[in-house]
Amino acid sequence: MFNVAETPSQAGQAPSATGQAKDLTKIVEMAVEKHGAQPDAFIPILLEINRDYGYIPAEAIRLARKMLHQPEEHVLVSEGQLYGLASFYHMLHTEKTGRHVVQFCESAPCHVQGGRELWKAVQQTLQLKAGETDPQGRFTLKTVSCLGVCGVGPVMLVDDDMYANVTPEQLADIFAKYE
Amino acid sequence: MAFYRSHILVSVDPECLAKGAHEVLDALNDELIAQGLIDEVQVLETSRIGDPRRLGPDILVYPENVHYANLSVDDIPYLVEEHFLKGRIVEKLRAAEKVITDEELGAPKSKEVRVVLRNCGKIDPHNIEEYIAEDGYQALAKVISEMTPEQVIEEVMKSGLRGRGGAGFPAARKWQLCRQVADNPKYLTCNADEGDPGAFMNRRVLESDPHSVVEGMIIAAYAIGASMGYIYCRAEYPIAVQNLNIAIAQAREFGFLGENIFGTDFSFDMEVRMGAGAFVCGEETALIASIEGKRGEPRPRPPFPAVKGVWGKPTNNNNVETYAVVPQIIMKGAEWYASMGTEKSKGTKTFAIAGDVVNTGLIEVPFGITLREVIYDVGGGIKDGKKFKAIQTGGPMGGCLVEEHLDLPVDYEALTAAGSMMGSGGLIIMDDETCMVDMARFFMEFTQEESCGKCTPCRVGTKHLLEIHEKICAGKGEPSDLEKLDELCVEITKNSLCGLGQGAPNPVISMLKHFRHEYEAHIFEKKCPAKVCRALIRFDIQAPACTGCTVCSRNCPVEAISGERRQLHVIDDEKCIRCGICVQVCNFNAIEILS
Repeated sequence: MFNVAETPSQAGQAPSATGQAKDLTKIVEMAVEKHGAQPDAFIPILLEINRDYGYIPAEAIRLARKMLHQPEEHVLVSEGQLYGLASFYHMLHTEKTGRHVVQFCESAPCHVQGGRELWKAVQQTLQLKAGETDPQGRFTLKTVSCLGVCGVGPVMLVDDDMYANVTPEQLADIFAKYE
Repeated sequence: MAFYRSHILVSVDPECLAKGAHEVLDALNDELIAQGLIDEVQVLETSRIGDPRRLGPDILVYPENVHYANLSVDDIPYLVEEHFLKGRIVEKLRAAEKVITDEELGAPKSKEVRVVLRNCGKIDPHNIEEYIAEDGYQALAKVISEMTPEQVIEEVMKSGLRGRGGAGFPAARKWQLCRQVADNPKYLTCNADEGDPGAFMNRRVLESDPHSVVEGMIIAAYAIGASMGYIYCRAEYPIAVQNLNIAIAQAREFGFLGENIFGTDFSFDMEVRMGAGAFVCGEETALIASIEGKRGEPRPRPPFPAVKGVWGKPTNNNNVETYAVVPQIIMKGAEWYASMGTEKSKGTKTFAIAGDVVNTGLIEVPFGITLREVIYDVGGGIKDGKKFKAIQTGGPMGGCLVEEHLDLPVDYEALTAAGSMMGSGGLIIMDDETCMVDMARFFMEFTQEESCGKCTPCRVGTKHLLEIHEKICAGKGEPSDLEKLDELCVEITKNSLCGLGQGAPNPVISMLKHFRHEYEAHIFEKKCPAKVCRALIRFDIQAPACTGCTVCSRNCPVEAISGERRQLHVIDDEKCIRCGICVQVCNFNAIEILS
């Protein structure tokens, strides 16, 4: 997600979690262009920004509103409306996240298949609770609703990589892959 | 066209991907290039091949029909050299003599009938021609060339098909209502926001046989007079979204979607809309709000979506499974479909079995089968020879059922009468080591988290339910808590806005009904009968079994265990944090959990 070559910070660029610069304006522009400036595209646009930037800062909402608000087309958008969306859906983050997001499935089928013990071990290994990011900005820990792969639970996502049948012993090796 | 002497099918379903299928796929390609075979052997991606719970990443090689399983990247160079260069089958990596296409589903079990799942694992979901070869889109052709919309509705009505999303409203009745509304354009939505934990029936259909859903929707659109359809699929299912998009593009290319379908004046198109992680979007009014790009919050009904739905226009919303079964009802006739099931619940239903049973996974059975048959005949009984305790049906808004309910026929009415519900079809089976208070706490954690917050009874009520359960599990329960729980459940059910809020207390209601004694043990005796709640248990090292091997004391994270080598060890109860590591590491089962 954040594997972007280091470029010096320029005007209009906001620093990402790694300290590397990413052009937020460009990300927002591209998302709007891809999905179109229509109300039913708001969620896909925010998802796109979230994926490319890691989270949706207030600045992104300001930029997106400017591009989406077109009174002449009868598309009226407020910043509050967009923030309302970003804060409502679990997959959209309004807070800065770490370089890697660990999403733990805490649903009942995983829970009864060893998920309860694993969840404790994950929190202990990362020294984080749900919703927290470590001070180094490496990991953000979150819970996620059922991913539907209950046959191989307990299941955990690190960024887009899914790990199945995870045991507490495997955690150190898994997390070591993410810098 | 390029000619390949061999084809390798790599299973890239989510389970296999989670076990490293992508790395295996890359390694195969790299190795074929390295050994100069890339022009002779083609690597293809396919859906489920074997059983990922047991086998891990697996591949199928044609024309030999050899199934290799549990592959790791390190196996690939040897495998490529032996099999593809030297032509020798690598027996040690082989899964089984005979190939079963979809081992998770397996061959239909004695009591199974595959209608919705008939094509899963049999066809390539990325290739419309394979679906057509299995009589796909014939029902659509029949409907458009031989039937009026009214006749389609009549046929589906006769079949007795009821909405598979959980409520069980007759599908054709819904279509009729929407058709009768004098307002245009009309919309069609497909609820693929399968959020119930433990339910993944729709995911398998969308991933393995997306065209059945697309065809079913086109037929429904014809019956209703809809011109545009949306499949609302949750973002947690990226492969389902991808396969649906491919299926829609192919259907458009073949003229099954778009303007003037089959040369008639019927036009219909559809799109996939992705969710962004909100359980409540499975509720139809919330789903519609989300499609329109709003917060997925439910609104009061009426007006029902049939009158005012997407963009304020008449909208028909059905579940994935409901649409998927429609083409077969048209092809094989309403009588055939109605011949399966019980008096009021016709046809078959898919269930996802999870929890403490031997065979977890998907099944499709006719309505009327008993829960006992589902658990013991199809599910293979309780894991590790333990005892059955309870089964949660209907997802987090359903209820739990116990031993005395096991001989009930599974249908909409019987489950509701027993205090649970059909729901979308997730079954979570719990053995006798499950603490029901902990399970109830767990379900409330879920509903509390997923409450959209629009109405107070649900937003505040579920939070209170959760807090009381947390208190009881922590050993701080008070006698008045039981009364408070009873009262809260009634108020939340009575006053919430949508089905999610109204159903939220259901797990608690059923657990209080069947397992009140467990609540009482937690509150009055400060004991957890299942020995799960950490605050109410302690660990004790038993004298004859302990050999004094020191493993437990070395592994204890808080140094609470002391004792000399070859002497009985002792746990300091004050220091012990009840992490349970000592129980796991002891080789002599010397550590007992007491409550």
